[in-house]
This record gives sequence, structure tokens and C-alpha cells, in this order.
Amino acid sequence: MRRAVTTCVVLVAGLGLAGCGSGSSSPAASTTAGGGSSASASSQVAGDITVLAAASLTESFTTIAKQFEAAHPGTTVTLSFGASSALATQVTSGAPADVFASASAKNMDAVVSAGAATDPKTFAQNVMEIAVPPSNPGGVTGVESLAGSGVKTALCQEQVPCGATAAKVFANAGVTVKPVTLEPDVKSVLSKVTLGEVDAGVVYVTDVRAAGDKVEGIPIPADVNASTSYPIAALDDAPNAATAKAFVDYVLSAEGAKVLTAAGFEQP
Amino acid sequence: MTLDARERQRRASTGGASRRPPAPLLVPALVGVAFLVVPLLGLLVRAPWGDAWRILRESQASEALRLSLWTSSVATVIALVVGVPLAWLLARSSFPGLRLVRALVTLPLVLPPVVGGVALLLAFGRNGFLGRWLDEWFGLTIPFSPVAVVMAETFVAMPFLVVTVEGALRAANQGYEQAAATLGAGRMTVFRRVTLPMVAPSLAAGAVLCWARALGEFGATITFAGSFPGRTQTMPIAVYYALETDPDAAILLSLVLLLVSVAILVALRDRWLRGGTV
Repeated sequence: MRRAVTTCVVLVAGLGLAGCGSGSSSPAASTTAGGGSSASASSQVAGDITVLAAASLTESFTTIAKQFEAAHPGTTVTLSFGASSALATQVTSGAPADVFASASAKNMDAVVSAGAATDPKTFAQNVMEIAVPPSNPGGVTGVESLAGSGVKTALCQEQVPCGATAAKVFANAGVTVKPVTLEPDVKSVLSKVTLGEVDAGVVYVTDVRAAGDKVEGIPIPADVNASTSYPIAALDDAPNAATAKAFVDYVLSAEGAKVLTAAGFEQP
Repeated sequence: MTLDARERQRRASTGGASRRPPAPLLVPALVGVAFLVVPLLGLLVRAPWGDAWRILRESQASEALRLSLWTSSVATVIALVVGVPLAWLLARSSFPGLRLVRALVTLPLVLPPVVGGVALLLAFGRNGFLGRWLDEWFGLTIPFSPVAVVMAETFVAMPFLVVTVEGALRAANQGYEQAAATLGAGRMTVFRRVTLPMVAPSLAAGAVLCWARALGEFGATITFAGSFPGRTQTMPIAVYYALETDPDAAILLSLVLLLVSVAILVALRDRWLRGGTV
């Protein structure tokens, strides 16, 4: 934050340039804003950006990043996936990154209130599903099946969005689940299911779809299901602000939405 | 000019006439000390001392600490029971493939712990090639249990003990063992009455190293045993999760671990951890 502000002041005072606002200009506008000055490199859509994204975005953001790189030659997107809560901690403790995409408003709010990002935009929504190994060793038929201690269930930690959303599902259904493990992120839950080490895991519908035939999905009825929304923001301290902004715009664009919908996300 | 005995000894032990260590050695050494100590100061400076007790109580630290202490102690006992004979075998016997065995035994030293966790899961997991039978025949599932925590810790920590004890056995004077054997002691008696006492300081140092490594185990544990408060969530895992929700609690939990480690080192400092015995 402080670094970004200083840079902006220097640009305005020393070079007499306008358009330092990080939130409002479109990529095209910011490309022209810095044209011809020594600062042009930082305001063109080029170079490397680092995107921190929720684990559940692994497949869709990998695709989106490839498409973005193809649409903007000269850019390289480095993706880092993890629990939104862990990524939010990284951002607020100063990890050098350009974009943060969270699997819940809560973790994005923490980043915004720490002054690391402004004006996040919601780009997708996701609902939960039960993933079981293909042979369904626990005989899971629905949320109620998870209530017994006979079914080994893996969940996310409560502070991780998939854990918080799963907790809402259990509250809606009025069941108490005693998990055998609380995993650091949704992909860890999924891998415990694909390895057959647990009988069931509560993950996002998108994870079940991404896992293909390695897991079987048991849908959760809409009246007890819960959803989480995915906000995205370019970080105020982004080393490559223009490209970060362009990436956010791409995720929010029709092309981005197409990839997300294909992965099973719902549009907000 | 004659030197008194003390001065001669001092010069012999420092290798030179001057009392001051040379700067090319002193400066990097001080940088090394600072690098190791500064982060710990960070913990002390940032710790929320005022609310420490309340935060620790609410974070269920005692549960995680108790689990960590007893699992790492059991892991150390297992490492002693299995590891000391293994070290003896590596140091005192010769058989084809000895070097390969030594390489395999020390592999976990250099292997990333999380890889160890995956390996344990694939061997002893419910679908693992051994775990499958345990599950089918005895209804035993190891992952996500405290047993899995102990196994992960033993896997990662035992090589520290084996390597330390094996080194001591190689360095020990075998003349005493041969003398005992000449006087009619059986091989087992020699091991018990001569070999073990000779390497006792290294044995203790190795056990402490092993215990400390087990106490700090994270990667293999979270992969193989998962994480559930009171059952498989050890202190390091509790610290890792607390950092996301309550950084103050994470700092305090880290301090507790630091305190435990320092206490162990202080308790053992003069008896076993003198320089050169490790």
C-alpha cells in the first residue's frame, strides 16, 4: 500500500502524468496513460504477474491463465493455489502478489480491511457436494449418512471457505458430523477421497467435476445446500498493476465466465 | 622465553598466539548467530503478553501440546528400541548390501517429510499395500489416528538417532570390546556392558535430536495422520492453522514450543550435550 502510494505520488509530481488510480481505468486506458515515459513498463499489459487463488479454482484459473497469456502476448501468469484463509494471511503479511481470488467474501474482506486491496468484484459462486470413492465404501446416500461415526468423513478447517460452507450445510440439514480429519484446503479433502482413505468428503461441485471418474458425487439438495461467492481483486501493492488489472478484467469477462461455467461454477 | 603450562595449552588449543579469533572467522560466525537468534526475538517481541494466558487457554494449546509430547516420546522410544540395534548392525557387521541399507535408512534425513507422509499413506493407508490387509483382517485403519502421528514422527526422526549412534560406534575404541570378549563375555554381554556405556553420551544426544525432530514434525504428519484437534493435531499443525485465524495464538503456541525445546536443551546441557560428543 505504502509503496504504491509513493510510486503514484512520484509519477504525478515528477512526470506530470495523470491516471494513477488503480481501480478504475481499463487495461487499454492504462496502456496509453504511461506511454512514452520511463514508467511505461509498469502500466502496460506485459510481464509477469502472480495470482493467488483459492484451491477450488485450480483447474479453471489454470485454463484462464493460459487463455490470458495467449490474448496478451508477453505476459506470464504465475498461479499459486491454497486455502483462501492461508492466502489472505500471505497477502496481509506482504507476500509479493498481484491478484487475489478468494473462495469467500470473508477472506477477501480481511485483505481489504488490512488495506491490501480495494473494490473486490464477485465473479463466481459455488455450492457443496459430497465426494465419495467410486466404490462408495461408506454407503453414503446423502448428508444424513455423514452423521454417523461409521462413515469416515474429511472436511476443510472451519476457517477455510469450504469448511465454513460445509458447516452451513450441516446446520441447514440439522446433522452433526464428526470428521476424522480437518484438512488445510479443499483439494486435500478431495485427495483423501480419491486415495480412498476416507468414505466421504464435503467439497465443491466444481471439485467433483474436476476429479472426473476418480470420485463419485452425491448431490446435496438445494434446500439444505449452501453457497459461497468468489471475489477477486488486484492488490494495491501489485508489482505489475496494469497486468493485474487486465487479468481481473479477463476473469470478469465473458471469456472468463465461459471457463468458470464449464467448470461448474455459477455466475453471481 | 618459557611458557607456563597453561599458556602452552591455551596456544595449542586455539592454534595460535592471539586470544582474538581472526575476523574472517569471527564475522561470519556472528552473522550466523544473529540469523539464528533474530527470528526468535521476533516471537518474543510480537507476543501478546497481556492476554497470553487467556489466548492459550482458548486455543486448546494444552490438548495439542499433550498430544505432541506423548507422540514424540513414544516415537523416540520406538526409535531407541529399533534404531540402536540398527546402528550397531551398520557399524559393526558386514554383509552384502550394507551400504545400500545404510543409504535407505538415512534417506528420510534428506527426504522432504511430506513425501514421507505420502509414502506412509500409500503403504499403510486404507488402500495401501499393507494397510489394506490390516483393514480387511483386523479392521485397523491407521491414518487419522494418533498411531499414524507416531508412525510419521518415527519415520522422520529415527534416522537422526541411527546416524548419531552409528557414528559413535565407529569412533569408539573397539579394543575394550575385544578385551571383554577375550575375557569370556558373550557378544550380547559385550554390547550391554561395554559398547552401550561407551556410546551413552551419543545415545542420549541422538535420542534428544530424535525427540526434538519428532516434536517438530509437520509435513509427514499432516499428510498421513491429517489434523483433528485432540486426536492428530500436533503443536506444529496447531501453529500453522492458528496463523490463519488468530496470529496471536500462533505466536504464543510457537513460544510454548520454543520454551519446551529450550527447557530440554538446558536440562541436558552439561550432561550430554557438551561440544564434541554429538
